[in-house]
Amino acid sequence: MNDYIKIAKNGLWTNNQALVALLGLCPLLAVTNNIVNAIGLGLATTFVLVASNVTVSIFRNQISKEVRIPIFVLLIASFVTIVELLMQSYFYDLYLILGIFVPLIVTNCAILARAEAFASKNSWDKSALDGLMMGIGFSLILILLGAMRELIGSGTLFDQSSLILGSLGDTLSVTVFNDYQGTLLAVLPPGAFIGLGLIVAVKNYFDLKKV
Amino acid sequence: MIKAILKSGMLLLVFTMVSILFVSWTQDTTQEKIQYNEEQLLIKRLAELVSNYDNDILKEKYDQVLTLHGIKQTIGIYPAKRNGQTFAYLVEHTYPNGYNGSIRLLTGISVDETLLGVRVVAHKETPGLGDKIETRKSDWIKQFTGLSLSNPTQDNWKVKRDGGVFEAFTGATITPRAIVTASYQVLELFNKKSLLIKAK
Repeated sequence: MNDYIKIAKNGLWTNNQALVALLGLCPLLAVTNNIVNAIGLGLATTFVLVASNVTVSIFRNQISKEVRIPIFVLLIASFVTIVELLMQSYFYDLYLILGIFVPLIVTNCAILARAEAFASKNSWDKSALDGLMMGIGFSLILILLGAMRELIGSGTLFDQSSLILGSLGDTLSVTVFNDYQGTLLAVLPPGAFIGLGLIVAVKNYFDLKKV
Repeated sequence: MIKAILKSGMLLLVFTMVSILFVSWTQDTTQEKIQYNEEQLLIKRLAELVSNYDNDILKEKYDQVLTLHGIKQTIGIYPAKRNGQTFAYLVEHTYPNGYNGSIRLLTGISVDETLLGVRVVAHKETPGLGDKIETRKSDWIKQFTGLSLSNPTQDNWKVKRDGGVFEAFTGATITPRAIVTASYQVLELFNKKSLLIKAK
């Protein structure tokens, strides 16, 4: 049991892919200008992580060392393509926004890194948990950064959540500041770098305090 | 040695085949739904500019390759008909000189050469400034409805800063200027109908 708690903690905090490994920054920085985009990409990434981890783990004894990387990339690319197709058919409005970033999940090194560092050495249930936790850890940072940028940038929260939740989402959208003109810096790419930098700083502060 | 290479090769082959199988199966099952989604989006876009047409507008779409806005481009044309009579054309074209690359526009023009409206299909303008050309951000782009080559006069078909009648957004002039210019030029092209309208 202890093992599982360790895996969870590792994914969510200690070895958080976005904050510690600093992997997958391209999609992380690109789509986090509001919460809904962040949730969308977070879910897609988590799904791919779990699927690739489980598959890699199941076939870990058959995959020979020499060709493991091409096989991992092949598996990840296939899962991403499948996610993209599913998104196109069931969440089309969201796909229109995330569109070009979904294929980029393939290049998210976090996924390949987990396949190589964890799934190729552990049983499938542990690998599934690892993928799930790494995915959730990554998604939480996406959502936090999305919330910060949306709030500062446009003064709203959960704007356009109907893209994911249907009509239920309309009630969720909150305009926090009325007549807010918006802060362009937060919406543009520099805002993403500054925001991520601040979150990393806060995490490091807590980590150092404990020692 | 040879045996090891063969084994790795076989392994790659098997994984590739299985992956292809799964991906193509997914594509096969989602294809219809995706196509339906794309069509619905297009119909929604067209319906914002023209209603009460009774033809199958998507099927009757055709392309013309022409020089417009200074570049050779493929222009998509949707003829809107009622009782077999064409009363408007929806023209999808690209204006290459936005603030940040090209802007894809859908312009509705009725046969009497007045604008039924202009909508942005795709753009990369600055979020928060230039993106006010989207209808979900601002009503700015709706002001083009009802205008024509002579209304306002040619000298006034510019943003206010250039001495015309069109309001620009605070902090962004290039984007509105692009839309104004693009709308005027597509009207000019439509004026030479023979270029745009396909002979039966």
